[in-house]
Amino acid sequence: MEQRRVDELKEIARNVRIGIIDAVHSASSGHPGGSLSSADIMTYLYFEELNVNPEDPQMADRDRFVLSKGHCSPALYSVLAHRGFFPVEDLKTFRKTTSYLQGHPDKNKVPGVDMSTGSLGQGVSAACGMALAAKLDKSDRRVWALVGDGEAEEGQVWESAMFAAHYNLDNLCYIIDWNGLQIDGAIDDVIGPAPFDTKFASFGWNVLSCDAHDFESIEAAVNAAKDCKGKPTVIIAKSVKGKGVSFMENQASWHGSAPNAEQYAVAINDLKA
Amino acid sequence: MAYNIGDKIATRDAYGATLVEIGNENENLVVLDADLAAATKTGMFKKAHPDRFFDCGIAENNMIGAAVGLALSGKVPFAATFAMFAAGRSYEQVRNSIGYPHANVKIGATHGGITVGEDGATHQCCEDFALMRTVPGMTVICPADAQEARLAVKAAYEMDGPVYLRFGRMAVPVFFDENYKFEIGKGVKLVDGTDVSIIANGVEVEQALIAAEKLKAEGISASVINMATIKPLDTELVIEEAKKCGCIVTVEEHSVIGGLGGAVAEALCEAYPVPVVKVGTEDCFGRSGPAKELLSKFGLDADAIVAKAKAAIALKK
Repeated sequence: MEQRRVDELKEIARNVRIGIIDAVHSASSGHPGGSLSSADIMTYLYFEELNVNPEDPQMADRDRFVLSKGHCSPALYSVLAHRGFFPVEDLKTFRKTTSYLQGHPDKNKVPGVDMSTGSLGQGVSAACGMALAAKLDKSDRRVWALVGDGEAEEGQVWESAMFAAHYNLDNLCYIIDWNGLQIDGAIDDVIGPAPFDTKFASFGWNVLSCDAHDFESIEAAVNAAKDCKGKPTVIIAKSVKGKGVSFMENQASWHGSAPNAEQYAVAINDLKA
Repeated sequence: MAYNIGDKIATRDAYGATLVEIGNENENLVVLDADLAAATKTGMFKKAHPDRFFDCGIAENNMIGAAVGLALSGKVPFAATFAMFAAGRSYEQVRNSIGYPHANVKIGATHGGITVGEDGATHQCCEDFALMRTVPGMTVICPADAQEARLAVKAAYEMDGPVYLRFGRMAVPVFFDENYKFEIGKGVKLVDGTDVSIIANGVEVEQALIAAEKLKAEGISASVINMATIKPLDTELVIEEAKKCGCIVTVEEHSVIGGLGGAVAEALCEAYPVPVVKVGTEDCFGRSGPAKELLSKFGLDADAIVAKAKAAIALKK
């Protein structure tokens, strides 16, 4: 990737993060930590990889993206808004009674959302079905699912892993946002879902890793995923929860709480620096 | 394809055969199962269309989600497993992954109710109508015989939106002929009466018809309504029967809590209150035994319906 493009993506991701903070601050609720940790991955997918069309969100042969960790809707909404699916200004209506921007993504309300998610472990199964449908249609469209590291504690994630490998869904890629924290604390202290690499490998998956905040690293993993034939790929993306906002970084307490006015000012200042 | 009146066929057999029939003409039909294809009868579809049959293994929750992904990509998936696992184990997947996005998934749940028989309580789901009925936008159907099961599967395929279909394990007589018209959301009057209206579905329709004959012999005139669709309920017909007969007996192979009886009582409480007496399992788990014996043991046979009909009539003012 050319340095100029890296810089452009960084600028987009900066604005995506500002949108995340605007959204959760306006709502006085929401999930900033995981939204910030996954912001670069979603920015990369929507601005570099996915064949989608903001003018025609339901385009038949589009690539699909499933935000299985649906609580990170602020990141998805901000990316979709900046990609042109709806006005960026609407991010400030997030979670409000009259808004279409529900706390967790609703595919029937929000243009560009491919699956309603929020109850953890369920989006991945829908992604499997979408990938299977693409195979039946002999289409080269691909399916990407973003999975939380804590989410991988759900048994259904492993049911889906078994299914995707059995049906050789090489058009399917999970990206695990490995920020190491969940609501109750460090994932290793809560229950210890890791290691992800050997677990997925033993389920018959192609296993890759990347730095979730380095666009060239993300690009290399995404391209390697597309090159793999005969089995699904998981990219274990090492990330920092709360990335980009000084006081939120690596703090489990910012999993699901919104900044007050003073904290909001600091956050925006951090992101604009 | 038509079934001969009097033949004894389980509705699950009609389910499997009808999937093959629809699949022969429609490429978008896909079938998923969770390691029960021989029992749910989707094995018939697997044999006819192996390229569109997907065994998900003993992993029902993922099966529900995979069906959603297929539906959102333009396929019409039928997902099959026992009622216990479809409505019970996977309730939240059905609610959040099928119901909330209103995905065009058809859940074909077999082995509903007490007539599962010898397998006993863990596999006898008598709560599925109640659970599925609470999911917004869900259509809930329990056909009475093979002919109606065939038409219900076809109607579910044709409509856009989620449908829960409950089929039985036990062979039951065919009593609808090839001219029978099935419409989702419409009850069918099988016998017209004036003293009490018996509203039944599934295997209980046969018992209700026998009960009506017994009542007739005692000089009591009973209506028998086949209410295959529990949701949306044919409220108009229920109210009509309540006005004419002044009391209702509901009969289902399901708990008296929240199923057909609950739906009828809810409708009448708001529109035209009359006594409603419910025949169903009495807030209890099932047990092992031959299906027919269990129907008697749990108060779901014709004699039990006769007794409840008399009780309903006695409650009339």
